[in-house]
Amino acid sequence: MYRYDEFDATFVRERVQQFTGQVERRLAGEITEEQFRPLRLQNGVYLQLHAYMLRIAIPYGTLSSKQMRKLGFIARRYDRGFGHFTTRQNIQFNWPQLDEVPAILEHLAEVEMHAIQTSGNCIRNTTADQHSGVAKDEIEDPRVYAEIIRQWSTLHPEFAFLPRKFKIAVTGASNDRAAVRVHDIGLRMLKNEAGEIGFEVWVGGGLGRTPIIGTALKPFVEKQHLLSYLEAVLRVYNQLGRRDNLYKARIKILVNATGAEEFARLVEEEWQSIKDSALTLPLEEIERIRQYFALPEYESLPDWTPEFEAARKANPEFARWVQSNVKPHRQAGYAIVDISLKPEGGAPGDASADQMDIVADLADDYSFGEIRVSHHQNLVLPHVRQQDLFALWQRLSGAKLATSNIGFITDIIACPGLDYCNLANARAIPVAQRISRAFSDPKRLAEIGELRLNISGCINACGHHHVGNIGILGVDKHGEEFYQVTLGGSSRDDASIGKIVGPAFSTEDIAGAVETIVTTYLGARTSDSERFIDTYRRIGIDPFKEALYGNSQARRPAAE
Amino acid sequence: MSTQMVTANRLTDGMVVYLTKQGDWATQFSAGAVLAGEAEAEAAMADAAAAAKQQLIVGQYLIDVLVDGDGVKPTSTRERIRADRGPTIEVDAGSWTGRIGASPNGE
Amino acid sequence: MAILKHGALQPNEWQEVSDDAALPETGNVIVSLDRWRRDEASLRASNRAIGVRLQNTQSPLALASDIDRLSLVVLDFPKFSDGRAFSQARLLRDRLGFTGEIRATGNVLRDQYLFMTRCGIDAVELPEGTPIEGFLEALSEFSVWYQPAADDRTHAMALRRGGKQTGSASTVVNDSVAAMWAY
Repeated sequence: MYRYDEFDATFVRERVQQFTGQVERRLAGEITEEQFRPLRLQNGVYLQLHAYMLRIAIPYGTLSSKQMRKLGFIARRYDRGFGHFTTRQNIQFNWPQLDEVPAILEHLAEVEMHAIQTSGNCIRNTTADQHSGVAKDEIEDPRVYAEIIRQWSTLHPEFAFLPRKFKIAVTGASNDRAAVRVHDIGLRMLKNEAGEIGFEVWVGGGLGRTPIIGTALKPFVEKQHLLSYLEAVLRVYNQLGRRDNLYKARIKILVNATGAEEFARLVEEEWQSIKDSALTLPLEEIERIRQYFALPEYESLPDWTPEFEAARKANPEFARWVQSNVKPHRQAGYAIVDISLKPEGGAPGDASADQMDIVADLADDYSFGEIRVSHHQNLVLPHVRQQDLFALWQRLSGAKLATSNIGFITDIIACPGLDYCNLANARAIPVAQRISRAFSDPKRLAEIGELRLNISGCINACGHHHVGNIGILGVDKHGEEFYQVTLGGSSRDDASIGKIVGPAFSTEDIAGAVETIVTTYLGARTSDSERFIDTYRRIGIDPFKEALYGNSQARRPAAE
Repeated sequence: MSTQMVTANRLTDGMVVYLTKQGDWATQFSAGAVLAGEAEAEAAMADAAAAAKQQLIVGQYLIDVLVDGDGVKPTSTRERIRADRGPTIEVDAGSWTGRIGASPNGE
Repeated sequence: MAILKHGALQPNEWQEVSDDAALPETGNVIVSLDRWRRDEASLRASNRAIGVRLQNTQSPLALASDIDRLSLVVLDFPKFSDGRAFSQARLLRDRLGFTGEIRATGNVLRDQYLFMTRCGIDAVELPEGTPIEGFLEALSEFSVWYQPAADDRTHAMALRRGGKQTGSASTVVNDSVAAMWAY
């Protein structure tokens, strides 16, 4: 993984000093809150419902055990003993004190971490596939480019005051696990006809008030032109994005208003004038960065030995966990382990300081000290020997980190909602907890199969509900919390926005509504290998509407 | 007549606070001054603006409160959650297991 | 209004002239883009330095053929959060090769000053009496930069390739790889 050189270390140190000065000036009254707000946001400090919130960047979701331990330390020393992993591979702490944030940032700098640009109208954390480097279907490790983009976008002087936030995601596999089509810029690595690897560029995807799948902007950008092309897009956006209306300021609005073709032309024109400038990426630079992401010294091991199969057969719980939480690895004898942060009745994506320490230890013992954070709010150990899986599973179980639900309905993605967030209209976590308890039976989970359920507490959609197979949006109806259900969303290569199924459900009824949806699916599927999303796309929304609201129709006097 | 209260966040630590009759800022909702009518509300907001200028609080605003036989409480779900000073859920935070409502400083 | 330029307060040697006002007899003038277009011939012919004030909704590329005649371009920050002028400055410097003065006016925070200079803005208009120490301090808050911009500060990629760091990049990698994976 990337390690800071003197340059990076100096930079982060200077940033901490700068923000320390800004906090001092704020506390002394030399700058107003209005002036301070963009400064603190660009250092990840929000003012939330109960307290400040600090969002720390985990670049492309990659962490070392040392860094994870530091996060545990910060949780204990400066917060209330836990943190929350987000849908953009970052971590949030909910109770930092403003006058202690400089100290927290210094601690983070010691382990090469920071909170730069995790908020504000600037380029945010560039996210990538959480299985980067080790997935079987990978074309090239996208983190190399995510790191290059991270550096280029950090304190970019021209793009610090954009119309609105800007989110970039990169995928390097044939299956998109980074949701690139719903980002401001999505980069999909691919091979062209000549066999060269480059980027397919998507623009203007996004969720929130106006969810939309992005448009293909340019079919192939060569590696050396990556940064100049991005700069061209940002320059066009910075000049032409709307500044008059916060809700219409994202690039997706601009692309829509301008028209995809014209927008592409504007970018092309700008790009042609800068493409051979100092932004050109030399091959040596790419290779230099790539060295940081070199794979560890794997042992030569056989794949799925008889001993392993025996262990699996002997322990049905372990077998279930392997089935749902363990993924094939490009290196024989190894596996990718997804650590579920969605225990029964838990707050999705939360981890206690104790759990952080445990995961750090497990990473050291079983995964070459490396951890990943996925945008599904789970953790990943990317380099585990198959022969260690049983021991690992036992230790994860002891820490409530072995729930066998990756990709299942209780692997819920939920924003913090009204329990924590100033913007929310309704709570999300209690709904997640209730659903999680209702579907806790592992046999039932496996029976239902792959089902993505996302919950957002407001239209800003930080829970990505639009791309949930089942999406739940919390709304405020006459001061009460209600929940609107969408069906048929997907964040993968078959990306789609969910469709609203009908009137919103009360807090009491929402879990039951989800039950009804699942029951309808189980009754309609052609086989147990037809996933929820496939059944939905085959039969459409009407059977679900019927099942959910049909009762009220039965109460009408029979006219037929 | 409307009954309201002024709330804000404390600048240094972000804690939710309510303007009291004495003109200081308490973390307990029950200590907040109930303001009856527009004139009282405006005066209180002016006090809050002054406190903001002195770097005591940030983001002050008025909330509606209900006064009845059971006492005083905020009318909106949001402000009820805020007055509780923590999420409505149980959080298992290892050494901090249990309902999160108290800060490490025992507030 | 005071002008902060090159680290010190300078007197303002320019007169802003509105679209309908007559030009002063002598002296350097700043006119709007509209006026420049309207009176271009006479302004060109006049024996004075010309500055154009761009609104932040106007593209600097409109000045492409005129840039040699201009000594000053004034850019606007109507709100400090409105960062369009940063791109305007980049285009003036990088695309049009403008070597005159670029001056920022409007709502400007000292915490943006460094970004401005990196984008090629070399002067800032400040309300009379604004202390400038903060602005000058802001310039030295960072000694290293990741990306190329319109200034001549060397950035990371160039520095690393030039091997100006202590130890070559490959040394850094080997040490850190060893450190990370030794357990």
